[in-house]
Amino acid sequence: MLAQFLQFAMSGLTVGAVYGIVALGFTLIYNASGVMNFAQGEFVMIGGMVTVSAVGAGVPLPLAALIAVIVAASVGVLLQRLAIEPVRDAPPVVLIIITVGAALVIRGVAQIVFGKQLHKLSDFSGDTPLAFLGASILPQALWVLAGTVLIVTLVWLFLNLTMLGKALIATSANRLAAKLVGINISFILALAFALSAVIGAAAGILVTPITFTYAEVGTLLALKGFAALVLGGLGSPLGAVIGGLLLGLSEAFAAGYLSSTYKDAVALLLMIAVLLLRPGGILGHAGAERV
Amino acid sequence: MMARFRQNRWFEPALIALIIIIIGLVLPSTYYFRIATLVLIAGLSATGLNLLLGYAGQISLGHAGFVGIGAYAVAVLPAKFAVPSLLAIFCGTLVSGVVALIIGRPILRLKDHFLAVATLAFGILIAMVLNNEQWLTGGPDGMAVSRIELFGIRIRSAQSWYWISGTVLVLAVVLARNLLDSSTGRALRALHDSEVAARSAGIDVARIKSIVFVISAVFASLSGSLYALFNGHVTPDIASFLNSIEIVTMVVLGGMGSLSGGLVGAVILVVLPQALSFFHEYEHLLLGVLMILILVFMRAGIVPTLAARWARGRL
Repeated sequence: MLAQFLQFAMSGLTVGAVYGIVALGFTLIYNASGVMNFAQGEFVMIGGMVTVSAVGAGVPLPLAALIAVIVAASVGVLLQRLAIEPVRDAPPVVLIIITVGAALVIRGVAQIVFGKQLHKLSDFSGDTPLAFLGASILPQALWVLAGTVLIVTLVWLFLNLTMLGKALIATSANRLAAKLVGINISFILALAFALSAVIGAAAGILVTPITFTYAEVGTLLALKGFAALVLGGLGSPLGAVIGGLLLGLSEAFAAGYLSSTYKDAVALLLMIAVLLLRPGGILGHAGAERV
Repeated sequence: MMARFRQNRWFEPALIALIIIIIGLVLPSTYYFRIATLVLIAGLSATGLNLLLGYAGQISLGHAGFVGIGAYAVAVLPAKFAVPSLLAIFCGTLVSGVVALIIGRPILRLKDHFLAVATLAFGILIAMVLNNEQWLTGGPDGMAVSRIELFGIRIRSAQSWYWISGTVLVLAVVLARNLLDSSTGRALRALHDSEVAARSAGIDVARIKSIVFVISAVFASLSGSLYALFNGHVTPDIASFLNSIEIVTMVVLGGMGSLSGGLVGAVILVVLPQALSFFHEYEHLLLGVLMILILVFMRAGIVPTLAARWARGRL
């Protein structure tokens, strides 16, 4: 009984951590630029895919991961420079369609470069499960959780302790005022995209041994990241991560105790319910207007 | 003189009808009729989405969900419940309309990206149900659709479907044009420009948005039914995210807020894959590139941009 509960909770936390990081990536870009980046899931895909291919080509894992992160960061900057910057003052609907288009482009390129099949990465430190109170836990799950804690801590330190991070926060708070005090807005926006891509890719690298990856994995990931964001409340980085964990847990328990056929529907239904009933999220501020 | 002629509300539908008739008379073979029919069917859902996206300024990334409902209505109802196909089309549009009415009001309260994501989730949920409820829908492999019979004649030739789809499309354009020229249409444009201003002018914004959402859902559903009957087979792909994006791309490409623009978008997105044999392989990439290029360099879309240039040239 307890063992089963622990088992579900552990798998929920593991995927939830990834949803949380995707949501955190959304938040970084949204706060800085007001753009909701629908290509966020693609960064996770790039992280997994590039690592798998590099490892397959004989590159040691840490170096492969580094390459993946650099590739993702470059894609993030390119996305901002080529697709977002030229239409910066466009209405939100246009920006949404542009990032959806960007997501398709990234996915299409991934299909060509890596193929359409499932890709697997071997576990970082063996796949012998560890026994814990009757539940068996994959070492990779611990990697994911530790990695998430590390990523969130680093992002927090960066935003609060470095000059660049503070400039990013300032830009989020008030772009015009930030410009007035001499912050290079254009650079900060590119930085937000790069940072968001980096953490997305990192999550992709950590989780690929468990969930596998494929070129089209991004849509559902982005949707679930967004669901996490909605649960946590738009705009709050901490809320994003907590929302992700909550979402992962509800998904795992629903799959375990109810039915696994509609595992993916849980996130979507939960998100729609929160959007309609509590549009501000559980922790955040208002996202919808009454009409 | 010409300008006054063009402002007549019957001009656009008449021109579209004329083009459809001429093309129908000159098409050389069944193969071309097949493609042309697919264009007309896609044009129908593009026209519906254009009302929502182009005129009301409300995004939907899940319209393929309604196409799926329409398609599976004419597949499932006759096969499993012995409902005649014509009635099944009606049932599909009714279900789509009611679903749109129920979810529309709360969903359309959401703005921009929230609306985009909520509609995206809706579309994916429909696709998920179609994939998983194997006993009803045949699962990922889809199911065969029995041919429709009108006056005892089984309709299967591409030519017949061309004329049927053409008629439905022209009727839909007439309906859309009339809606746009009514007080609802004026309210729509006001709402597109500024929701706050529209509301303070006494426009019931929620009601107007709901109406347009329902109409666009009904058009999408009808186009799904036509496609399923014409094709003779449906798979859950019809309700997929990619299909939703294709409809959006048609509208963006041809011109948001231009009825003929949506149709031009449909022509391009249906004919291109046929003309370029490698299109299917690079479908994601090419769609994405098209969307970005158009929005960056020709924000208004092909038809409005060309129309503006032409008008300037004449003046």
